[in-house]
Amino acid sequence: MNRRDVVIIGGGPAGLAAAAALKKAGIHDILIVEREKQLGGILRQCIHDGFGLTRFGETLSGPEYSQRFINEVKDLQIESITNATVIDLSNDKVVTIDTTEGLLKIQARAVILTMGCRERTRGALAIPGTRPAGIYNAGVAQSYMNLYNKMVGKNIVIMGSGDIGLIMARRLTLEGAHVSAVFEILPYPSGLPRNIEQCLNDYNIPLYLSHSVIDIKGDPRIESVVAAQVDEKQKIIPGTEKEFPCDTLILSVGLIPENELSLSAGVSLDGRTKGAIVDENFQTDVPGIFAAGNVLHVHDLVDFVSLEAEKLAEGVSRYLKEGSLPEADIPVETGSNIGHVIPQKISGTRDIQMSLRVRRPVKKCRLVISQGSHTIKSIPMPKAIPAEMIQLQLKADSFISKEPVEVRIDE
Amino acid sequence: MNSRTFTCIICPNGCEIQVSYEGDKIHEINGNKCKKGLQYVEQELTDPRRTIASSVRIKGAELPLCSVRLTKPIPKKDIFSVMEKINQADLTAPVHIGDVVIKNVCGLDSDVIVTKDMERLQ
Repeated sequence: MNRRDVVIIGGGPAGLAAAAALKKAGIHDILIVEREKQLGGILRQCIHDGFGLTRFGETLSGPEYSQRFINEVKDLQIESITNATVIDLSNDKVVTIDTTEGLLKIQARAVILTMGCRERTRGALAIPGTRPAGIYNAGVAQSYMNLYNKMVGKNIVIMGSGDIGLIMARRLTLEGAHVSAVFEILPYPSGLPRNIEQCLNDYNIPLYLSHSVIDIKGDPRIESVVAAQVDEKQKIIPGTEKEFPCDTLILSVGLIPENELSLSAGVSLDGRTKGAIVDENFQTDVPGIFAAGNVLHVHDLVDFVSLEAEKLAEGVSRYLKEGSLPEADIPVETGSNIGHVIPQKISGTRDIQMSLRVRRPVKKCRLVISQGSHTIKSIPMPKAIPAEMIQLQLKADSFISKEPVEVRIDE
Repeated sequence: MNSRTFTCIICPNGCEIQVSYEGDKIHEINGNKCKKGLQYVEQELTDPRRTIASSVRIKGAELPLCSVRLTKPIPKKDIFSVMEKINQADLTAPVHIGDVVIKNVCGLDSDVIVTKDMERLQ
């Protein structure tokens, strides 16, 4: 069997950034495994700009952003194989890869999970109605339009106000389609405020909050959807139903980390993030298996994916040099109005970066980190919204005991 | 005096900015975390501009489309005439990031440039 110090599963922004940072830290025996024909991941189809402000201090399109990392990986002479799908990952870090030259088995000392995420589908929402052609996930429509030159339709309705759906509303409008409505079941948008502004408001596309699609009509092609207003419990309000003619329905209803391989390796997942449970080194509960990027928790900005993967590389390189990492025996718990937090456990022996999201929007609140009755940090926030990930740094000496650390929002 | 709330689109913070103004004179501004927010509001009041990204047909590459964007924001009202020009353009591989597809598109002092390296298919 082949042996490698590090196998990186997924050559998107997280995998590429982790590879480059590892190489610079003196780890040379690295292999990136990518199932698509090229490296770069989802950014290849994200042709809009706005990437890179945090990482590079300038605004780039997705392909330009990923090319910077691809070039770096090439310049650093890091090995990668494309058209290669990892079909199994074992608990003792044997990676089985389906390549164009046949099956390849590699015993790795460390494995980095950077598989990204995929979109929730109509099936996950259980929308009633017919099952016609013309229903696409936003990312699928994006790949048809931006990579393969296939227009998905002319009269569009969008369900869900996730960022990819908003970006596609603008993209479809620029290419001559008419987007008649965006429906969001929640009373607030799921996407970033700037995307509401520059993708919907700029083109007068109406956003219906507290609305859901309750029926789909048409056969063999979609002809209309019925939407209705919902109450605070997301129950349909009778009498508010309205039919919207369309030839295409785009779904932008959330992303789910892609963790089949993590599960096959015995990695424990967090029910809130749907990604691995990790410590401050981004190590999962299987020693030597690490995770970062959208496979760990869905990010709002790719810049934070790259930065997180670069942090992960520090932990991986220490693991390889020292053989193990300090035990993370302090749990990090989510308190009031916190959707999830990364890491879920820490050792308390080193500075950490915490990433979290609130569950519902709040104004003028405090983000409080505490341990028992001791307040570690209390940060005033003018606003906090679920669409935005919040990050903060905490020093090792802020952790005074082995008691659980609690993160909460005080209003 | 008018008042209006802007969502700044310059960076992902997306600051909500409350402005009271008369014509293009700003009397009071609140909510912007940095001075770019003020510049954004001034621009929106006088001459709103956007950059756009799209794609152009390409021959001889692995995929039929190459992604492009503008180098500078253009007036909002000119977006669709620029899109028309972009849709008329075509490329032949190889192309590289930064290659100019249309110089000074519609005379707006902004270039359409390639944003993806695409090699010639052998």
